[in-house]
Amino acid sequence: MTVLSVENLQTHFFTDAGVVKAVDGVSFSLEEGEVLGLVGESGSGKTVTGFSILRLVDPPGRVTGGRILFRGQDLAKLPDREMRRLRGNRIAMIFQDPMMTLNPVLRIDTQMIEAVQAHEKVSKAAARDRAVQALARVGIPSPAERLNAYPHQFSGGMRQRVAIAIALLNGPDLIIADEPTTALDVTIQSQILAEVQGLARETGTSLIWITHDLAVVAGLADRIAVMYAGRIVESGPASAILTAPAHPYTAGLLGSIPGHGRRGDRLTQIPGMAPNMAHLPPGCAFAPRCPRVSDACRATAPEVTETGAGRALRCLHPLTEAVA
Amino acid sequence: MLVYLLRRIAQSIFVALAMMVIVFFGIYMVGNPVDILISPDATPAEIEATMERFGFDQPIWMQFLTFLGNALQGDLGRSFVHGEPAVQLILHYMPATLELAALGLFFSVLIGVPLGVYAGYKSDRWQGRAIMTGSIFGFSLPNFWVGMLLILIFAVELRWLPSTGRGDTVEVLGVRLSIFAEGGLQYMILPALTLALYKASLVTRLARAGTQEALVQDYVKFARAKGVSETRILFVHVLKNIMIPIVTVLGLELGSMIAFAVVTETVFAWPGMGKLLIDSILTLDRPVIVAYLMMTVLIFITINLIVDVIYTLLDPRVRISGAAS
Ligand SMILES: Nc1ncnc2c1ncn2[C@@H]1O[C@H](COP(=O)(O)OP(=O)(O)OP(=O)(O)O)[C@@H](O)[C@H]1O
Ligand SMILES: [Mg+2]
Repeated sequence: MTVLSVENLQTHFFTDAGVVKAVDGVSFSLEEGEVLGLVGESGSGKTVTGFSILRLVDPPGRVTGGRILFRGQDLAKLPDREMRRLRGNRIAMIFQDPMMTLNPVLRIDTQMIEAVQAHEKVSKAAARDRAVQALARVGIPSPAERLNAYPHQFSGGMRQRVAIAIALLNGPDLIIADEPTTALDVTIQSQILAEVQGLARETGTSLIWITHDLAVVAGLADRIAVMYAGRIVESGPASAILTAPAHPYTAGLLGSIPGHGRRGDRLTQIPGMAPNMAHLPPGCAFAPRCPRVSDACRATAPEVTETGAGRALRCLHPLTEAVA
Repeated sequence: MLVYLLRRIAQSIFVALAMMVIVFFGIYMVGNPVDILISPDATPAEIEATMERFGFDQPIWMQFLTFLGNALQGDLGRSFVHGEPAVQLILHYMPATLELAALGLFFSVLIGVPLGVYAGYKSDRWQGRAIMTGSIFGFSLPNFWVGMLLILIFAVELRWLPSTGRGDTVEVLGVRLSIFAEGGLQYMILPALTLALYKASLVTRLARAGTQEALVQDYVKFARAKGVSETRILFVHVLKNIMIPIVTVLGLELGSMIAFAVVTETVFAWPGMGKLLIDSILTLDRPVIVAYLMMTVLIFITINLIVDVIYTLLDPRVRISGAAS
């Protein structure tokens, strides 16, 4: 059953420097229990996509087009009250920066209990019990005591675990995890990764795992969507994308992962810089950095084409086609 | 924490001593009290005798040392006018001022915080702008004018509240207070409101700025992502963060509220220290003026200390690092 379906989502920021099309025609869908890896460079619009789903885009940003269906329900049409009931309850989000997401002057118990009581009429003691269990599940030692601590008494990794525990509190149908491990060191990264994966599998929760690192989602995601400059340029089953990328950008991302590709190959890097989102070129946004670019690419942006086996692509010269 | 506290107390003592020097020599510059103490047609011998009695014939540094020695024993001289020890006189008038300032402070928080938080929440809407415009009036209207306006409306026209004096008092822990007296509190409302207006505007602005700043923080967005209601976000998440600067500023302002209650007390004939000061200045009652200034300094210093302590209680981050040092 489809949990989430995003259709042609547009989220624009109306800044003094011009309109930033942070998300520009993004579509994807997510089945129950499925893990989607949303991959892209910094600034490609991953976080804004997540905020758009939760209707948490702040001015000067605004969702200007498209539809977001959660279990068939159009979220844009939901009254604010109903939307609030959905947040943290049916759809939870883990933020990118664990140092900033917890309120520095409120104790952890306050911040966890309110997350339970926002959605259910339960006693404080019952909510507290649930918080203790959630902390234990994400591997925080002596959770009952740690509940009385303030955020600054936790390390970055521990704070992110608290944020994950908060996301798990109400047993949501969907968790949007926004680079939850990027700010942490490598060993803790893989630990948390394994934990979240296990928890999602256990409970049948769907996951959108946002990252700029393809290697992170390689062992985790069922499907992968690669984002570039506010658009999904390629999507499909994880194994297919990883073994046979069709978009030159995906191939570039794969080429820059150590240990991927054939032994002896040099680690390649995508040349050039991420584009200025306020001044995108008229054609394909990746054209200035693309090794396979043609005049046609610079003239018009390629449309989404279905290439079979659940894959979709925005490219005039995919890698499956010989270089002209 | 203890080391920190001791250091702060040592600093405070130094400030108090420095103030004593400034106050004493400052007052010495202003007029000759003997001119007021004795009749204009007194003989030179009579003037001489009076000068000697009050020690004015001594060189100034001798006078200061005598003053300092007495001050350290809690004696700031006798009022020329009332004949009572100046400290005792001030202590007698102080509770009235303190309770007025306390109620004024309470009003300014009660009015300023909700208005400011709301103005910050609606900062680009007409509600927010209206509150900000109102706060400009609060800043710029003179105290005596506001006081008289309030008297005109609530005492003369509507006859809801009394306008002068202190009303009934009850003795609480040996101090006479109106605030707990049935027939006393109503006398405090108008002067306390007058005193509160300026601070309420200040609090409104502080709260608005703090709210605007807090609302764009990630923790607010995360709270929203948890499904927490906007009311709770504003009055728990945001408020707890903005109270730190508000308490700091208000603590410091409490001192000035006590010190500058002078105008309000005069308008409402409120028998506090401020009114005593005005009367003493008019009669050049030097010991009372000096005692008043010294008491004010002491109050300022004590309040600063208390603010620091409250501050550490409000901000868990300061509390921890303070305990570690
Ligand atoms: N408040 C804002 N005002 C203007 N532009 C914004 C704002 N927030 C985001 N953007 C723009 O939206 C684009 C996408 O931002 P987003 O945070 O979604 O990127 P991201 O893919 O999550 O990157 P990262 O990996 O660095 O987190 C950025 O290029 C940024 O310029
Ligand atoms: Mg991001």
